[in-house]
Amino acid sequence: MPEVHSFGIEPISCHAWNKDRSQLAISPNNHEVHIYTQNGGRWDKSHVLSEHAQHVTGIDWAPESNRIVTCGVDRNAYVWTLIDGKWKPTLVILRINRAATCVRWSPLGNKFAVGSGARILSVCYFEGEYDWWVSKHIKKPIRSTVSSIDWHPNNVLLACGSSDFKARVFSGYVKEVDDKPAATAWGKKMTMGNLMAEFSNGGGGWVHSVSFSASGDKLAWVGHDSSVSVVNANNQEKIATVKCAFLPFTSCLWVTENSLVVAGHDCCPMLFTHDDSDTLTFIHKLDVAKEKEGGSMSAMKRFQTLDKRATTDDSSSDLNTQHQNTVTNISIHTGTKERCSKFTTSGTDGKVIIWDFKSLESSIAGLKVA
Amino acid sequence: MSKNTGANRFRKVDVDQFNEDNFQDELIEDGQDLGPNEGEVASLLNQNKHIDALKAALSNPPVATKNQAVKDQAAQLVLRVLLAFKSSDVEKGVNSLDSTTLDILMKYIYRGFETPSEGSSAQLLTWHEKVFAKGGLGSIVRVLTDRKSV
Repeated sequence: MPEVHSFGIEPISCHAWNKDRSQLAISPNNHEVHIYTQNGGRWDKSHVLSEHAQHVTGIDWAPESNRIVTCGVDRNAYVWTLIDGKWKPTLVILRINRAATCVRWSPLGNKFAVGSGARILSVCYFEGEYDWWVSKHIKKPIRSTVSSIDWHPNNVLLACGSSDFKARVFSGYVKEVDDKPAATAWGKKMTMGNLMAEFSNGGGGWVHSVSFSASGDKLAWVGHDSSVSVVNANNQEKIATVKCAFLPFTSCLWVTENSLVVAGHDCCPMLFTHDDSDTLTFIHKLDVAKEKEGGSMSAMKRFQTLDKRATTDDSSSDLNTQHQNTVTNISIHTGTKERCSKFTTSGTDGKVIIWDFKSLESSIAGLKVA
Repeated sequence: MSKNTGANRFRKVDVDQFNEDNFQDELIEDGQDLGPNEGEVASLLNQNKHIDALKAALSNPPVATKNQAVKDQAAQLVLRVLLAFKSSDVEKGVNSLDSTTLDILMKYIYRGFETPSEGSSAQLLTWHEKVFAKGGLGSIVRVLTDRKSV
């Protein structure tokens, strides 16, 4: 059974776990970030981070350095450090003139990237000499809002999904903090801002989310045209796309080198597999509704519903999925992108749900994560 | 005070094209799509080979061209084929198509809704119901989001 945690009725814009998953940072669709700490079976609100002047659009928590980075509609990003039990913010000068949309720490935690509506991807690093965070911009050839970003495991390459219908791979090499990176399957030349590759699935539809696989050789993205696409760096000619019959997905995440979990407006996480012959296939929905116990209504209940709703119909307006509204984010809970055993989804229904592959594989007949 | 010179050609200049933030739609290149072969479709219809006529009408959709006349002609042709089907045969027609062609058909159905004629909407609704049953919500979302429209 997936663990369901409810954090009120407000949508959760974004969430991030700390390293040992004992604390969860969420933004309840406002200017604040709330940090909840596990206490027995309950979640206690331990900290409230309020420095942003407008809605917070992205949170990321670096596992090793324990720093939190947040970005918001107020065109700012803050790096938060825990000092004496209190989270202290440091402003990052992003130099953008539109809202920031998403933020991610790099794998080593020494840089982070921020996407924004200013059609700019900002890569920020800490300048020790001046004791502040500096940002470098990647502008060309992004033609519209950057909606999502993901780092390659080599700490240099960045995937960027944008509402100009394209998914791109850029180099986010910062000479002040990075060593010269070795060549990868995406290319050799990795000067800052170099466009390594650009993909489109031919249809159209804003790219909502991008994800590098654990090895960094595969890039997956989901688009608003209800499609899921994967490209393998070793075979960049072939983009494997599945145009689904579902509503569009808003987030995607690799859980093994060949398996992809996506979730979105259908309020249900789903599993896709991308095999060695570069074919992408839909496997199964991961939210299998329990059969509704159709008992007979008691006479009392019947009159109550007749009074309340002028009908004796038992149909409730609840969705039969765990999430009652769109899922907006997926993140790894336990494991890595190489072998994930638990993942978390958060959505506009104010719920954070932890899904366990072991129990999913046993409850859904024939489900095997590749 | 500025003098009224009587010159007003400047009013016709499209200033938005000079704005550097202007989004240039690169996906729509002016391709040389010819659209479906009208003669072939008409002859198949006359021979009562409705399913083949449907497949022929949905081939070569003029999605990449900016030529509105070609698009209108193709839309008219597809509409003719769709209205020629008997309501009971619609499901067979839908089942004979693969998923890409199904998406194209859904686009034409919505195009048909835009210009209703006598009795066309009712038949189109039957088609819509059957295509939706097979293509799901995704096929409708693609009608709305696909840059290459019919």
